[in-house]
Amino acid sequence: MKDEIKIETGREFELVGIRADMHIDKNYASQSFWKDVVVRFTRNKGSVFGMMMILLILILAIVGPTMNGYTYDNVNLDHQNLAPRVKWLSHFSIFDGAEKGVDRYAALGLSDTYYWFGTDTLGRDLWTRTWEGTRISLFIAFVAVVIDMVIGVSYGLVSGYFGGAVDSFMQRIVEILNGIPTLITVTLLMLVMEPGLKSIILALMLTGWIGMSRVARAQVLKLKEQEYVLAARTLGIGHIDLIAKEILPNIFGQLITMSMFSIPSAIFSEAFLSFVGLGVPTPMASLGSLINDGYKSFLTHPYMLVFPTVVLALLMLSFNLMADGLRDAFDPKMQEL
Amino acid sequence: MKRELILRIRDLYISFRTAAGTVNSIRGVNLDLYRGETIAIVGESGSGKSVTMKATMGILSSNGKVNDGVIEFYSKDNENAVTYRILEMSKREIRREISGKRIAMVFQDPMTSLNPTMSIGTQLMEGMRHHDKLSRAEAWKKAVSLLKMVEIPEPEKRMRSYPHQLSGGMRQRVNIAIALSCDPEILICDEPTTALDVTIQAKILELIQNIQKERNLSVIYITHDLGVVSKIADYVSVMYAGKIVEQGTVNEIFYDPRHPYTWGLLSSIPDVTSDQKLFTIPGSPPNLLHPVKGDAFAPRNIYAIGMDYLEEPPMFKITKTHYAATWLLDKRAPKVHMPTSLRARIDKMLREEGTAYDE
Amino acid sequence: MSRYILKRLILAVLTLLVIVFVLFLMLQYMPGSPFNDEKLNAEQVAALKSKYGLDQPVYIRFFKYVSHMVRGDFGLSYNIQKNVPISSMIRGRLPVSIRLGAQAVLLGTLLGLVLGVMAALWHNTFVDTLCTIVSVVGVSVPSFVFAFFLLYNLGFKAGLFPILYKVTLPVSSTVLPTLALSMFPLAQIARFSRTEMLEVLGSDYMLFAESKGLTSFRLHAVHALRNVLIPIITVLAPLIVSLMTGSMVIEKIFSVPGVGSLLVTAIQSNDYNVVVSLTFIYCVMYIGIMLVVDMLYGVIDPRIRLTKENSHEG
Repeated sequence: MKDEIKIETGREFELVGIRADMHIDKNYASQSFWKDVVVRFTRNKGSVFGMMMILLILILAIVGPTMNGYTYDNVNLDHQNLAPRVKWLSHFSIFDGAEKGVDRYAALGLSDTYYWFGTDTLGRDLWTRTWEGTRISLFIAFVAVVIDMVIGVSYGLVSGYFGGAVDSFMQRIVEILNGIPTLITVTLLMLVMEPGLKSIILALMLTGWIGMSRVARAQVLKLKEQEYVLAARTLGIGHIDLIAKEILPNIFGQLITMSMFSIPSAIFSEAFLSFVGLGVPTPMASLGSLINDGYKSFLTHPYMLVFPTVVLALLMLSFNLMADGLRDAFDPKMQEL
Repeated sequence: MKRELILRIRDLYISFRTAAGTVNSIRGVNLDLYRGETIAIVGESGSGKSVTMKATMGILSSNGKVNDGVIEFYSKDNENAVTYRILEMSKREIRREISGKRIAMVFQDPMTSLNPTMSIGTQLMEGMRHHDKLSRAEAWKKAVSLLKMVEIPEPEKRMRSYPHQLSGGMRQRVNIAIALSCDPEILICDEPTTALDVTIQAKILELIQNIQKERNLSVIYITHDLGVVSKIADYVSVMYAGKIVEQGTVNEIFYDPRHPYTWGLLSSIPDVTSDQKLFTIPGSPPNLLHPVKGDAFAPRNIYAIGMDYLEEPPMFKITKTHYAATWLLDKRAPKVHMPTSLRARIDKMLREEGTAYDE
Repeated sequence: MSRYILKRLILAVLTLLVIVFVLFLMLQYMPGSPFNDEKLNAEQVAALKSKYGLDQPVYIRFFKYVSHMVRGDFGLSYNIQKNVPISSMIRGRLPVSIRLGAQAVLLGTLLGLVLGVMAALWHNTFVDTLCTIVSVVGVSVPSFVFAFFLLYNLGFKAGLFPILYKVTLPVSSTVLPTLALSMFPLAQIARFSRTEMLEVLGSDYMLFAESKGLTSFRLHAVHALRNVLIPIITVLAPLIVSLMTGSMVIEKIFSVPGVGSLLVTAIQSNDYNVVVSLTFIYCVMYIGIMLVVDMLYGVIDPRIRLTKENSHEG
């Protein structure tokens, strides 16, 4: 220990006396809350992996579609069903352009053409389409967070903060909304509206925020009876200020965690709808519609299904891992469990 | 009457593996308990009181390890003396012979120490049915009489109740009944009244004392409440950072304390008749993740001498029953007296009690 | 307790009414009514309208609609099988879907429970790590990904099970869809029961029970498991619901003749009447399951079963 004091020989039996550092609590040296959160988050291998993966996918979604000169909707009927082929990876059997021993690139005389993820049944480049589709999934993720933060949080805050009849009424509405399977709401909506991004977003706005509103309400109910909130209230601070300055900053961690958890389910909703045929209209691509297309020729050309599926699974996994990490970082008690 | 030793703990060392490293929680504890007597183990939270007793019961958590030491339990089974060396027994043997049967424990928080999904009756009878192989009817009869003994009204009805239907005081009575259900020889009470209202505290303490007299039970109290200690204990052991730093009779500890830590503890009891500021011990207990050099209390001790920083003090004998581990008792040490405020307090107490106590 | 049940029942009926009302509105104002594309003059339309009761006030039509739905009379299919009563289309398909769902829930819950409890008992060991990996992957990866994986490896490559549902092989046909569907409940239950079990194992009452010297079996099987099972019932309801969603995709992939694949087909072929009827059935099942689970919870947990009225102060 660095603060060890020196005892001179011969003076072992003399009083040391009162030392200045006696009142300093060395065990519980204070560290700022946010620094703690960052330390705990970065120590968690899973969450760091998740974050790196999300970053990588994000970068590929941004630059991917422009990397090889093909466009997502360029139909080339001469280049149908070409297997993945990458120049420097061609000694791996997945990327050698051959399928079941047949190299259709050679048959078509395309010695210098490379489709990294192959082409679909209309000869469109799957690399470009996959990353275009990822853009849509990421956009949905962003929308889901916004909806959670705007609708979910304010609904929960108002319901929990004002309590009484307001809370009771608002909770009955939530109970009824919650009594209808999300899937059904979305399906019905799709029948009334044109399938597409707009209606997916509207569906999320209708039901996606319920989980978040519950978390926000529970947190507010817990905090509202805390002494510091009561103290602020007795000082005559208005409702808006009280919520914004005393309550919101203290539940921020839980809210972020919850919104991270809602991302995978939003991405899944879009993929599910596209898979059922209610997703983005052609020729646009989303991961779900790519999976739906690939599924149709799954047994003959598995690669058409594999790439979008892997990206979708990785994306959902990464968001879940990151959400887990965030939860543990904000609430270390949960980590021990 | 000759005192009959029932529990003997020698040089107990226990450590725990944690994410941060190995914590040496117990660093050489010695303790003697005699039949029919009560000892209190006093200390701040984290000083190792509960851990010592959990080791005695064989219920250390799985990351805990006993590194060294002896725990001997001199049991009397129908007047046949049996010695159990608890640390040498397997977990299974301890379960069969010791825990719940010969040594029982009452825990701190009555609100959480009963299983919420099982009826009072089931929880009360399972020990008897397991250890004493009683039939359901016999166990039921004994359970009802136990509930009567701990003064629970309508015991028959309560047998079918669930924990959430009882108040805290009632639950603690049930816990005591459960602990006593197999007629143990030693009862360990881990802060049995801390979580209760003051008025109920006194009743529970009185109840334990009455049962103790009736059954010649040996009781170990784990507490940080010195007020409770003065009421119920015969002997007191003061624990600090995994070691016992001072032990003696109640009178010796309260009227003639020798360890600066005991001085601090006694000075920090609130005294309504005094207008002095409440004393607190500076700093906080050491983190036992790190090795302790010298006396663990030295960094918080305003009476520390050089030796306290260099070497661990041995137990200095003061009387036949009174020992303290502080270099201040060494012949070479300067003469240091307890703080004058504490001296004044003790003198006042002595005058009030009218009992002459010679040093 | 009876008040609790009553409250749940009223809410369930109310929710169902709201749903039926929405469905009714949709049918009223959606394109594709029976006389849309036929060349009829105003008189004929009026005659048809009066024949089908469409000239009556809205509330009477709604009332009639509700009574039809409750009796299981869902009308006719327009596109999939023209003029076939929907109820007869559903009758054969519903048991297949329910059996598939039940198998998946049972398998997932049992395996998940075993995995989660073992992970908690052997905390921070290999089993624990396995449980964490299985639960994160199972929760994150959509069920249709597992379906493709199983279909390709066990069905297509190894040929162990039929790739598509065969009516002649009702048992082995459901193996792959069941496995694919059970991954999500397995992961959820494993994760949840691990957390619950760890919390129970660290509780005061477990320490107290241990101090009684009970056998390890009684300690874990009686004292701990009971407290783990109760909260698991609460997650069962949302799990079963998510299975309904999953089953739509899984049934489509494996061509299982259940209501899920029928709903997908109906959506894709704009057969509104079938969509609305199936929606109604899904909602009834959903609300029914929620209700049963809520009541089950009340029966099993003494803290809800016995009200605090007769508690004793002392």
